[in-house]
Amino acid sequence: MALDTNSNAYTFGYAIIMTLIVAAALALTAMSLKPLQDKSIALDKKTQILNAVSPISDKGLIDGEYAKRIEEVVVDKSGKVVTGGTSAFDLEIKKEYRKKKAGSDYNLPVYIYKMDDGKKKFIMPLHGAGLWDEIWGYVALNDDFKTIHGATFDHKGETPGLGAEIKTDWFQGQFKGKSIVNKSGSFEFKILKGKGNPGLDKEPHKVDGISGATITADGVDDMLKKGYLSYVDYFKGVR
Amino acid sequence: MSQVAEAAVQTKEPLFSPKNRRLLTDPLDDNNPITIQVLGICSALAVTAQVKPSLVMALCVVFVCSVSNLLISLLRKGIPSRIRMIVQLVVIATMVTLVDQVLKAFVYDLSKELSVYIGLIITNCIIMGRLEAFAMGNKPWPAFLDGIGNGLGYGAILILVAVFREVFGAGTFLGYQVIPQFIYDLGYVNNGVMVTPAAAMFLIGIFIWIQRARKPQLVDIS
Repeated sequence: MALDTNSNAYTFGYAIIMTLIVAAALALTAMSLKPLQDKSIALDKKTQILNAVSPISDKGLIDGEYAKRIEEVVVDKSGKVVTGGTSAFDLEIKKEYRKKKAGSDYNLPVYIYKMDDGKKKFIMPLHGAGLWDEIWGYVALNDDFKTIHGATFDHKGETPGLGAEIKTDWFQGQFKGKSIVNKSGSFEFKILKGKGNPGLDKEPHKVDGISGATITADGVDDMLKKGYLSYVDYFKGVR
Repeated sequence: MSQVAEAAVQTKEPLFSPKNRRLLTDPLDDNNPITIQVLGICSALAVTAQVKPSLVMALCVVFVCSVSNLLISLLRKGIPSRIRMIVQLVVIATMVTLVDQVLKAFVYDLSKELSVYIGLIITNCIIMGRLEAFAMGNKPWPAFLDGIGNGLGYGAILILVAVFREVFGAGTFLGYQVIPQFIYDLGYVNNGVMVTPAAAMFLIGIFIWIQRARKPQLVDIS
């Protein structure tokens, strides 16, 4: 062949054309799949919020159930309800926490779940750090603002078999019925080290941990505390 | 792949000729990417704590390895030799990104669980190794088969290691309890070492030992 594939011109030309083709192909896929991805992400968030109160296995029912049950509320720094502005669903807690840390004003979302008997469950979204990456969760409190009705946790990159166990039913199930406020009215909750700690059913503020994943469990503890303290003023106002 | 010798007749080769079949079966045992070529160890240590991620990782590697082998083989005559590694890497990264995007759009749950591992495929040395060693010098069809074979060989070891680690480390298989409760009641405890990556290193070492003890011709005396 006449073409010299080792010449500089050919090499440069090849690299440029290849880059253009690949960039175009990737941009096109990313753009065309974006609406589908956003929809999946929103659906996943709704599923997690609802799961904190009662799990729904049929994905087709999520949107309807969410619209029927959930009231979205935005609260500010002092626990007052804010209307207008960004909707609770679109608020990113990660960014709001960052504002809080920097000392400026912030808003946080609360999801209120209406049960069939008219009682309300208050779902606090949580966000924190695990061992490798971010972890988050939704914890539903009864209207005494102490007792946990249910909890879901999720993570981005915790180790499978260790930290990733915070996602499992056995771990999340233990939170049901536990209390995060002690008799003197302040926050108290602890995830213990390892599985199979004796006498836990008599301990209202303690649950089993995961062997080999103490740092992830500490992360869950921290985000629970941080979350509760951010909402405590709002809870006082509602009560 | 060495002594296939003079049989290079000009007649059209059948799609699954013995030579092509060996491309599929060799990497499963005698030329296994993990135990013989010692490639892809890093991801074999990282993802094998449980069977499910290993299974999906294996499938993704089979896909990425075979398709990028095919593409590179098609392009092999036009790739400028000085930037061939970069071209290979671009092809791999593109395939992996496409897989990731598609998973995110259609099976979000799965993609959430695997996001870290999918990215890891780009750095999987097996894929690059096969592109450089095989696809650059062979026709598309054999290259495609070689990709599938090596993906499967890698996946086989991954799943084998994961089965041991999950069963002895957590007492489960694919998330289901397989070690019955009464054994725990008798005082059995899960092996904590098994959930750490170090256990994968021991297991792979033992596999290599068994394989070479069984087939002395694989022992490298150098």
